[in-house]
This record gives sequence, C-alpha cells and structure tokens, in this order.
Amino acid sequence: MLGLEKKDTSLLIIVAILTMFAPFILNPFPEGSALAQFNAGYPDLMQRFVIFGIFAIGFNILFGLTGYLSFGHAAFLGIGSYSAVWMFKLLGYNIIPGIVLSVITSGLFALLIGYISLRRSGIYFSILTLAFAQMSFALAYSVLTPLTNGETGLQVYNSDPQYFHSENMPNIPHLFGAKMQGTYSLEMGPWSFDFNTGYYLCAIIMLGMFYLAIRIFRSPFGLMLKAIKTNQTRMNYTGLNPRPYTLAAFVISGMYAGLAGGLMASMDPLAGAERMQWTASGEVVLMTILGGAGTLIGPVLGAGFIKYFENIFSKINDTVLHQWFAFLPDGMENFVITIIHPFVGKGWHLTLGLLFMAVVIFLPGGLVEGGQRITAALRRRAGRSGRSGDDASSTDTTPAE
Amino acid sequence: MSNSNFTRRGLLKTSAMAGGALAMPTIFSGAAWGAGYMNEPTGSTVTLGFNVPQSGPYADEGADELRAYELAVEHLNGGGDGGMMNTFSSKALKGNGILGKKVEFVTGDTQTKSDAARASAKSMIEKDGAVMITGGSSSGVAIAVQGLCQEAGVIFMAGLTHSNDTTGKDKKANGFRHFFNGYMSAAALAPVLEARYGTDRTAYHLTADYTWGWTQQESIQAATEAMGWQTANNVLTPLATTDFSAYVAPVLNSGADVLVLNHYGGNMVNSLTSAVQFGLREKQVNGKDFEIVVPLYSRLMARGAGENVKGIFGSTNWHWSLTDEGSKAFVKSFGEKYGFPPSQAAHTVYCQTMLYADAAERAGTFNPCGIAQALEGFKFDGLGNGETEYRAEDHQCFKDVLVVKGKDNPTSEFDLLEIVEITPRAQVEYAVDHAMFAGGDLGSCNPGA
Repeated sequence: MLGLEKKDTSLLIIVAILTMFAPFILNPFPEGSALAQFNAGYPDLMQRFVIFGIFAIGFNILFGLTGYLSFGHAAFLGIGSYSAVWMFKLLGYNIIPGIVLSVITSGLFALLIGYISLRRSGIYFSILTLAFAQMSFALAYSVLTPLTNGETGLQVYNSDPQYFHSENMPNIPHLFGAKMQGTYSLEMGPWSFDFNTGYYLCAIIMLGMFYLAIRIFRSPFGLMLKAIKTNQTRMNYTGLNPRPYTLAAFVISGMYAGLAGGLMASMDPLAGAERMQWTASGEVVLMTILGGAGTLIGPVLGAGFIKYFENIFSKINDTVLHQWFAFLPDGMENFVITIIHPFVGKGWHLTLGLLFMAVVIFLPGGLVEGGQRITAALRRRAGRSGRSGDDASSTDTTPAE
Repeated sequence: MSNSNFTRRGLLKTSAMAGGALAMPTIFSGAAWGAGYMNEPTGSTVTLGFNVPQSGPYADEGADELRAYELAVEHLNGGGDGGMMNTFSSKALKGNGILGKKVEFVTGDTQTKSDAARASAKSMIEKDGAVMITGGSSSGVAIAVQGLCQEAGVIFMAGLTHSNDTTGKDKKANGFRHFFNGYMSAAALAPVLEARYGTDRTAYHLTADYTWGWTQQESIQAATEAMGWQTANNVLTPLATTDFSAYVAPVLNSGADVLVLNHYGGNMVNSLTSAVQFGLREKQVNGKDFEIVVPLYSRLMARGAGENVKGIFGSTNWHWSLTDEGSKAFVKSFGEKYGFPPSQAAHTVYCQTMLYADAAERAGTFNPCGIAQALEGFKFDGLGNGETEYRAEDHQCFKDVLVVKGKDNPTSEFDLLEIVEITPRAQVEYAVDHAMFAGGDLGSCNPGA
C-alpha cells in the first residue's frame, strides 16, 4: 500500500493505531487511584510526544542514515518556533502560515549552516554545528532582542497587527476555527480520556512525516546516504560526490526540526530562547540513540521515553512518596524514601542517565534492539514447540555510533 | 527499495484517506470544555498549582516559596496556628479549606526557564486539574506563565516578580501581583540615595538581561537622573552568568562613583562578591567614596553575599523584623514550622494564596471571572504591609515600600538587613498609563469555557 513494502506498511499501520488511540493507551489507570501519577494522556504531554517524535525522525534521517552527528539541531527547532510566532503576530492565529514559514526559514538556515559545516566530517562537523547552534542561541537570547524578546520569550500581544484576524475568530492558535486547545473529555466510569484537537493535528502530521521518512529510507537517495555512512572513501573512488547528498539530508532534517518547532509554537504560542540551547540539541541525540539510531521507529520511541521521564518522574515529590509508602513502619518509610528521593523529582536526570547507560552498554541498537531480542526469544520458544524456527531476528539494526 | 506504482485508483484511495484524516480534528472543535469554567472542582477537594524554581539562579527563593505555600495550605485547612488568617482584615476564611473544599496542591519546577515553566503549568492545569497557578521567582517566567493562564482560563497569582511589565505591557486579566515593582523600588530608593550620597554622582549599571533587569534599570536611571545624577554606562549581563569579574573590571576606569547592580538572587550574590573583591568599596573616585546600590534586596541574597552587604542600600517588599501584628503572626508560625524566619518571597506567596482563597470565599465560586471581580479594587490590611489595595485597572497591589540597608553589626545569621525607611504608598504610586507601563491591555477575564 502507498508504494511501501509489506513490512513497512504494517509498521506504518501500527504507528497510526498507536498515535490515534494514544489517549486510551496513555491513560491506563483510573483517575484518583495511586497509579494515576503515571498517566501521561493529557494534551500537553501527548503533543510533546508526537512533536519531539517528528524532531527525532528528522534528526535520524541525518544521523541514522549518513552517520553525521549534528550537535546543533535545536537551532532549527528554535528558528521554526520564532517564525511561527511572528506569523501569529503579523497575520493572525491561523497556524497554516506559521507552520509553512517555519519549515521554509529553518530549511534556509539549514542550507547555510550545512553548506559550511559539511566541509568537514566526524567530530569537526559536530563541533561546527554546535558552534552555530550556540551562536543562534546567543543571538536569540540577547543580541536580537527586538526580534526574539530575549529571555522573556516571544509572545503575541493584543496590540500586534494580526492583519487577517477578525472578531469572531478564536484568540488562540486555531486551524480555520478549530482551536488547538480544544479538548473533548470522555468519561468512562473512573477513567477519563482527553481528545485534543492540537494533538490529533500533530499526530496526523507526524504520520505524514513518518511515511515520508520511510520513503526516504527505502529510496535510491536513502541508499546513497547509507553508502556515505558505510564507506565514504570508497564512494569518492567510485567517482560519486557525497557532498550534495549529505547537504540534502541535512536540509531535510533541518526542515523536520523547523516543522516540529512550528508545531510547538502552534500548540503554545510562545517561543523561548532555551529551546535552542545545546542541552536541547543533546536531547534529540539522546532520543535517537536511546530508541535506536538508523531504525525507523526508534527515534519516536526514544522521544516518547525521554519526554515521559521529564514530565512524569520529575513530578514525583516527597509528598507523593510518603503517600506510597505510608503502609511501612515510620523508620522504614523514611529510609525507603531517602533511598528513592535522589532518583525522582528533581533527580529524574539521574534515573534517565542510568537507563541511558544501561541501554548503550547492553542494547547498542537502542530500545528497538531490545524489542527485537524479545520477539526473537519468543519465536525461538514457539519454534521449539512447533515447527523448527525460522530465525528472523536478523532484521536490519544498525548499532549506535 | 520503494516500488513507485502510482495508479489512478491508488491515488484516489490515498487522497480519500488523507482528506478524511485532515477532517478529523474539526469534529472535536465544537465540544470543547462543556463545564462552566476550567477545572471546576466537583469533589470534596480543590487543587492549587505551585510552580516555583527548584533549580537555576533563583532556586533559594523557590525553596522558601514552597515552604510558605505549604504553610498557607495548612492554615487554610485549619491546621497550625492560623498565621496571618487571624490578622487579615477580611474574615471570610474559616479554616475549613476554600468554600468548604479541602485544599490540595501540586508542585512543579520552572527551572527559571519560560518553556519549562509553561510545560509544568500546563501539566498542572491539564493533568492535575489545578484551578489556580501561582509562583515564579523570575519576571520572564511569571509573564510567560501569566500569558498561559490567560489562554487556558485559570487565575494566576504572581509570586516574586518585580518587572514593571508584569502589570505593565504584559498585564493580563487573569493575572494578579501582590509584589511591588521596579518603578516603586526606584521611587522609594531615590530620596534615600540623594540624602546619603548627594546629587552629584555618576552611576554605572550592571543589569540582568531580561524583562526585570531592563525595566528595573530604566526605572532607577530615570529616578536618579531626575535628582541630578549622571549615568556612565549600562551593561547587560546574561541571566546564566556566574562569573562577573569581566563585567566589574571596566567599572574601575569608567569614572563612575556608584555601581548599581540590577541583579537578583544568585546573580547579585556573585556580582556583589566580584565588585567587593575588586576593591571597589575602598576606592575613592572624584574625591568621593565609591558606593554600591542593589535596588531589589532580599534576606536570602544578603545571606549568600555575607560580609559584602554591609552598608549597601536597597529596597524590599517585606522584612521579617517588621513589628505589625500580621508580620509577627506570620514570622511566628513560619519560624515554629521551619526554625528560621521567612524571606520576602515566602511572604508574598503566602499572601497571594490567602488573597486567592479569600476572594473565592467572598465570590462564592472558583470561577476566574468571579475571583477577578472580588480581587479588583479590594482593600485589605493585616498581611504585613499595612493598608494595601489591588488596583482594578492593572491588577497591581499598592502599598508601602521598605528601604533597607545591609546591617553593620548583625546579631544572627538572619538579622542581616535593617529598615532605613518605610516609604508611604503615595510616594510610589503612578498612573495606569505611565510611560513605563503603557502599551499593555488587560483584556477581559477568561474562564476557559
């Protein structure tokens, strides 16, 4: 279907089902129960899942296919956000112009930065992109304050022109009148599921981007990018110039990042300089490696994983811990809480760091490799009881660099 | 390899699917939020969201704010000794929660970043059902979260935010500020500086590079220039700076004889320490002693900077050594619970929580529009600042401002500031359309439904 092979089609369908039913899947615990703390099915976080999914898919086109590790991709995310907010300020709250402009500007910036950075490869390329990203951050943070509103963040004021805004249109980002904030809550007994307009818009765009990524992965162009990763010298000797291919990959992934930035601004019309900082660039590298670099679904999983930790684990404070362990005798309770305390709440970075180390050491192919090992183990067991196993575990995993 | 077999039938099928998918979101647009207002509490509890910096340059303030919030919730629910509830001029609160509902709270970390603060506030509103968001120890964050609360339709009770913009060009109908602002600091401080340092001075400004620093610097420059001072230079420093020696060194040769540090929290501690290490305080310029001024002061900062704050002037919203009934009651219950006196950040957020709860009681609802109405033009007393009014036009509290000085002979690690003067409200008041506050639009209250 859609010009895809059978395996890819089923992958696309699985992702589509997961994203469409996310409000159910992410809210498995009834409201009010002790485990409701782990529910992630509220609009803001679901939007973040898919938006960072887009960001990571785009990053993976560059890093997973060509092996060029960019440490400055957050710059494009920020540029996309600023472009979108400027469109809101000038034209009005319809998100279409904002998203279109965010893709275009980030593409142009990617062309410029890529043209210069791709003259080097390996660690030098990474450092160049990092330098450009930090430059953009410094510009947005203080130098270009009239354009970016510095530390406060760019936002829309009632006094802005908004040429296409009229009285009967909502005063928040919308798509032809459908408010991005609009949420329909479905109450089913103790459960409550939120269906949010903005989330479904982002999810559909993510599916489109995922499909595009599959097409790129399976195209002759994608094969050429893989060749660059495998052995660039040999490619040079065959008479092929790798530069146009890497530059194209860089621009495409920059545009993906810009799209993610534009969507972020559309869900929440404020653009802060922090989203361009090097920590944000590092985050997308972590997402891709954690999920599985070079695989299709990996980056999306990694993005979901990290955002889940950031938003759910960071909110477990001592009060919550005391509720959980209230059944223990006092001394024991305090002891257990002292042990757990550094790993939750403010310390969620620590937990994430440990998990990241474990994944890189034991599952170099990321979460995807973990999934494949489990299915392979299950299949072997099934094979022993039935017919002799066809060991199909050799699906193309590429270990992280 | 892709197999590109574009047929007419395939194209039709694909475009039909894409069209259907694009139409999906519109079916949700109409039914958004059926309830009367955002997060209407239906059970026996009501949830408040405390969004404070737990990391970054303002983490100390954030920690103290959180203590005060917990104390306020305890008092609202009838625990403890009631604190300032007993001295508050409005007697609507009964110690049985708010409108009979037990008060619960969720906390979040703003990281002193606009993005993180908004994400945290959003999850409080969407996941935890918070009906009011409060907190923030940075004006940039406060403005960002205030904007979010306006869009989402919940009340925002600003914590420690001192920028003119919070109730100036960025003011919002759903946002309220108890804390004072840069203009008030400058208006209170200028006469004191004139009396001590004379009218023939040249000032050099180091300013935190964000909304608070800009408006604070603008205010103090205007106030000092009005009394005859010159301004040598104004240098903006990034908020994340920790080493200020590169910024302090040029001051020595600039010909200025006063250094104004428009810094707060960890920034101020570091820049003041740098300035003292460079020997600025022992210097003589133009035949006069070199002086340092810190427009916005707090005890937490004074403790961080240690010896260096002695004799340095600044302004503050509240100080624990005040002897009115409200302050005494608050210091007593805070001290009994935590073992040390509260900071001005703790005081302002405690007041904000009480004011919100009281407004809800008087309005008889948690509806943001009802609460806004109850707070607008509300006059009260007994919360430690004397007579105070929430001005209806910009949601800013007007009250007396304290001018303080680093104590020369502190008696304890908390007794670091002494009150030089209590500037009366009339002297710090300004018109709603004052040039430094113009350009904003309160808009109308948004109940989110």
